[in-house]
Amino acid sequence: MAITRMIGASVKRREDPRLITGQGLYTDDVRLTDMLYMAVVRSPYAHAELKRVDPRPALQLPGVVAAFTGEDIPIDVPTAAVLNPQTPPPRHPVLARGRVRHVGEAVAIVLAEDRYVARDAAELVEVEYEPLPAVTSVQAALAPGAPRIHDDYPDNVYLRMPRAAGDYAAAAQQAAKLVKLNVVHQRINSAPMEPRSCVAQWHKGDETLTVWSTTQIPHTLRDLLSTLLGIPSSRLRVVAPDVGGGFGAKLNLYPEEVLVPWAARRLGRPVKWTETRSECMLTLIHGRGQVNELEAAVTADGRILGLKVRILADLGAYLQLNSALIPVLTVNMLVGPYDIPNVDCELVEVFTNLTPTDAHRGAGRPEATHQLERLIERIAAELGLDSAEVRRRNFVPPDKFPYTSAVGGVYDSGNYRAALDKALALVDYPALREEQRRLREQGRYLGIGIASYVELTGVGPSRAFHGPFWESAVLRVDPDGTVTLISGAPSQGQGHETSFAQIVAETLGVPFENVRVQMGDTDKGVPGVGTFSSRAMPVAAAAVVQAAEKVREKAVQIGAALLEAAPEDCELVNGQVRVKGQPEGKAVAWEAIARAAYTMIGMPPEITPGLEATVFFDPPNMTYPFGTHVAVVEVDPDTGEVQLRKFVGVDDAGRIINPMLAEGQLHGGICQGIGQALYEELVYDDSGQLRTASFMDYAIPNITHVPRYDLDHTETPARTNPLGAKGIGEAGTIGSTPAVVNAVLDALAPLGVTHLDMPLKPERIWRAVAAARAAQRPAENK
Amino acid sequence: MKVPVTITVNGTPHHAEVEPRRLLCHWLRDDLGLTGTHIGCDTSQCGACTVLLDGQAVKSCTVLAVQADGCEVTTIEGLARDDRLHPLQEGFWERHGLQCGFCTPGMILCAVDLLRQHPQPTEEQIRHGLEGVLCRCTGYQNIIAAVQYAAERLQPATPQKVG
Repeated sequence: MAITRMIGASVKRREDPRLITGQGLYTDDVRLTDMLYMAVVRSPYAHAELKRVDPRPALQLPGVVAAFTGEDIPIDVPTAAVLNPQTPPPRHPVLARGRVRHVGEAVAIVLAEDRYVARDAAELVEVEYEPLPAVTSVQAALAPGAPRIHDDYPDNVYLRMPRAAGDYAAAAQQAAKLVKLNVVHQRINSAPMEPRSCVAQWHKGDETLTVWSTTQIPHTLRDLLSTLLGIPSSRLRVVAPDVGGGFGAKLNLYPEEVLVPWAARRLGRPVKWTETRSECMLTLIHGRGQVNELEAAVTADGRILGLKVRILADLGAYLQLNSALIPVLTVNMLVGPYDIPNVDCELVEVFTNLTPTDAHRGAGRPEATHQLERLIERIAAELGLDSAEVRRRNFVPPDKFPYTSAVGGVYDSGNYRAALDKALALVDYPALREEQRRLREQGRYLGIGIASYVELTGVGPSRAFHGPFWESAVLRVDPDGTVTLISGAPSQGQGHETSFAQIVAETLGVPFENVRVQMGDTDKGVPGVGTFSSRAMPVAAAAVVQAAEKVREKAVQIGAALLEAAPEDCELVNGQVRVKGQPEGKAVAWEAIARAAYTMIGMPPEITPGLEATVFFDPPNMTYPFGTHVAVVEVDPDTGEVQLRKFVGVDDAGRIINPMLAEGQLHGGICQGIGQALYEELVYDDSGQLRTASFMDYAIPNITHVPRYDLDHTETPARTNPLGAKGIGEAGTIGSTPAVVNAVLDALAPLGVTHLDMPLKPERIWRAVAAARAAQRPAENK
Repeated sequence: MKVPVTITVNGTPHHAEVEPRRLLCHWLRDDLGLTGTHIGCDTSQCGACTVLLDGQAVKSCTVLAVQADGCEVTTIEGLARDDRLHPLQEGFWERHGLQCGFCTPGMILCAVDLLRQHPQPTEEQIRHGLEGVLCRCTGYQNIIAAVQYAAERLQPATPQKVG
C-alpha cells in the first residue's frame, strides 16, 4: 500500500534490515590491519595517593607493545558546564596523576597485539597506593572535617545556587499546612546494551586521524579532541557508526576517547579499546544522585501556595561534560505542571569519591517530577483529598500558555488536565478505586499511582546556554533526482534514518525510498552538535524540514523556468512542478528538475547550478512535552513483592512524525523508569567500593519484569519549532518512575507505610511494612 | 598452546587452531569476522552473544571455542536463507521489535530456540523463554509482538480439505 502522507505514518524502519541480519557496524566491529588492543589499569581505591606506577613488568609479556601512565600523557578531560566562575573546575587527568579519586579511575594503559594479552598485561602493571579516607555520600562530603577531595574546594562544594521567586515565607505564613517530604534519587547506570568502545587510526601520510566511538556527539567529540590532541579539526574525523543505545551516558567525553587516539598516533598503529560491563558500571557516568528536602505551603483545599526545596546533588569525583548542569535542570522544572508562584530553592553541588554523575535519560527532570509527584500524594493524604483532584486544582490552566513558571521557564503550550483526565478514563479510575476497596477487605493490597509531568526538551537557544545547541541539515538532490540528507544528529536506536526521510519525502513529494539519510560522520560535510535532550524532532528535524523547504523553493524556480512560467505562479505537488490551479496542465517531473539543476539547459541567468540547501536551526526556546502516567500494582506485604498489573500513559509530544517509533520510545522509557522505581541502584560500601558492578547485581528490567503498556496521547503542537514537535525520547522515563512509586505507597497506605526510598525492592518493602505494623501494635493493645 | 578444532559455522566448516581459553564469541567475532554476534556483559546475563549450538540457544561468552569442536553454530548472519529473511527477522522488522539493534541478534536466536520448543507460545511462554536476553531500548512489548508475528508465519498451513 502506498503511503501518501509520510509525516504521521508508522513507516517501517529502514535501519532494520542491516541490524536484523548482523550487518550493522558497531564500534567494536571495526577491524583494521595491524590493530592493537588497549586495556586500562584502574584504581581499586576510592581515594588514595598514587605513590608509584610501574608499567615495566607488563612490557615483559610477549605481545605487549607499549604501556603508558599519567606522566606520559599530561592531558585533562574538559567540562562544558563551568557554572562556578570563581574557582576553575578541578583537573581531571585522562590518567591519574598524584591522586586517585574514585574506584575505577584510569591509572595506566597497556597496548598489545591481542585482547586477551592486553588484559593479562594490565594485571602486571605495578601500582602503589596510599589509601586516604573516602567520602561516599553528599552528607559525608558536607560534614565538618570531611576529607577534602579537590584542593581548590575546601568544603567539597562546587556550587551553591539559590533560586527564589515570589515570597515563600509569606506563602508559608498564609498556608493551612506545611507538607514535608525527603526524597533520595538513587544513582543509576544508563547501561546501554553496547558497552563503550573506541577505535582510532592515524594516517601518517596526510597527518589525519580517524576515531570511531560509541558517542551521541561525534562533532562535539571532534572539536574537543582537536584541542586536547593538538590536531586541527579539519584533519580529524570522528565516526559514530551504529551505536547500541546512549541514554545520555554517551553524551560525553571520556578519558578513553582521548587515550585511544593518543596511543594510535604515538604508536603509528590502529588501536581499539572496548570496555567490559564492569568497567561500564564503574566508569560510565552515573545518572541521578540527589538527596532532596521539600516543603509545600498548602491551603486547606489543596492549592499549593509555595514550594521550598533543598537539593544536594552528588557530582562524584570530577566534572564530566555536563555534570554541573544536570541538577540545574531539576531547578528549572521544580514546579512541574503546577501554577506555583512562590519558590525558595537552594541547589548545592557536591564532590564525592564516587563515579562522576551526568546526563541519564531525563537528566534532572525525572528528579523534579518524581519528588513533586510524591509530594502531591503526600499533600492529598494529609488533607484527605483525592490526589487527582489536587493535581487538577494546581495545574497551569490551558489559557495561560505560553506560561512563565516561577523558576523561569517559558512553557510553550500544554493542556495538562486533558492528559490527566484521558489517562484516568483509560485506566477506569473510579472502577479501580472500587476494586481497591473490595480487595482491601480481602486483605489484598492494590495500589494506584498517578504521575503528571511536564519536561523540557530541545535545550536552547545557543546564546542563552552559552554553547552550541543548534542543529544542522544538508539536503542534496543528485542529478538523477534521488535525495541525500545529512544530519548532525546521529541515532543511537531512535530511527532517524526513517523519521528524517519521512519529513523530506513529504516536503519534496518524492518517494521515501529515494531519500537516504546519513549522519554520525564528521567527514560527511555537515556541521553538527549531536543527539540529546529529546532534540531530534524539535531541533534536528526542524533543520531538516527547513532544508527541504529551501530545496523545494529552488525546485519550483527550476520547474517554472522549464515551464516558461513565473515561479510565483507555480507549485510543487507530488514531486512535480506545475502552474497553480491547473491540475491537468503541463507538469515538470522531479527528475527533469534535478537534471536541469546540473546540466543548466534552459536555465535563466538568475538560477545557479545545483539543488541543495544547508540549514542551521537554533531553537528560539525550549518546548515542553507533558502527560500523565498511571501504574497499578499489587503488593504482597508478607514478601514485599510488587506485581505491576497495569500501566497506562497519555503523553503529549506535540506533532508526531512516526507514531510507531514514538510509541517505541515511550515503551523503552517507561521500562527504564520502572527499573529505577523497582530494581536499579548503584550501591557503594563505606569505603567507596561499588558493590553492583555487573549485571549479576545491578538489575535492569528483563522481559518478565514489565507489564504491557497501554498508551494514548493528546496532541498540543509545540510553538518553538516549525514541525510543532515536542520530542518523546525521555518522557517515558520521567513519568513512569513516580507513577510506580506512588502506586506502591498507595497500596501500602492502609498498613501505615508512608515513605519508601527507591528502588522498592521486596526487602525494603517488607521492612517498612514490618516497622509500620510494629508501630501500630502498642496502640492496638491499649 | 593452541588446540585444533573443526567448527561448522552457518554451514561452512572451519578448521582452526585456538587457545583453550578463547571464548566462542571472540572466535566468531575476531577470527571469523562474524560481528553480528555482540558482547554486552562479562557475566552471561545479557544474552546479546546468543548463538545456536547444534540448534540450541547458548550464550557464546560462556562457551569456549574448544567446546564447540565438532559442533554446528548458527549466528545471525546465517539465519536468512537465500536472501529470504527468517520469519523472526521479519517479525522484528514488522513489529518494531528493535531500536539500537545491539541485543537483537541474541534476542532473535534465543527466540528461534523458543519457537522450536513452543511453536505456538503464549505470552507467558515468550516472556519466560526470552528472560535471559536483556534489551534496554524497547521495553520488550514489541519484542513479544515480533515473536507472535513469527509464530503465526511459522504455523504449518492448515491442511486443505479435498471435497
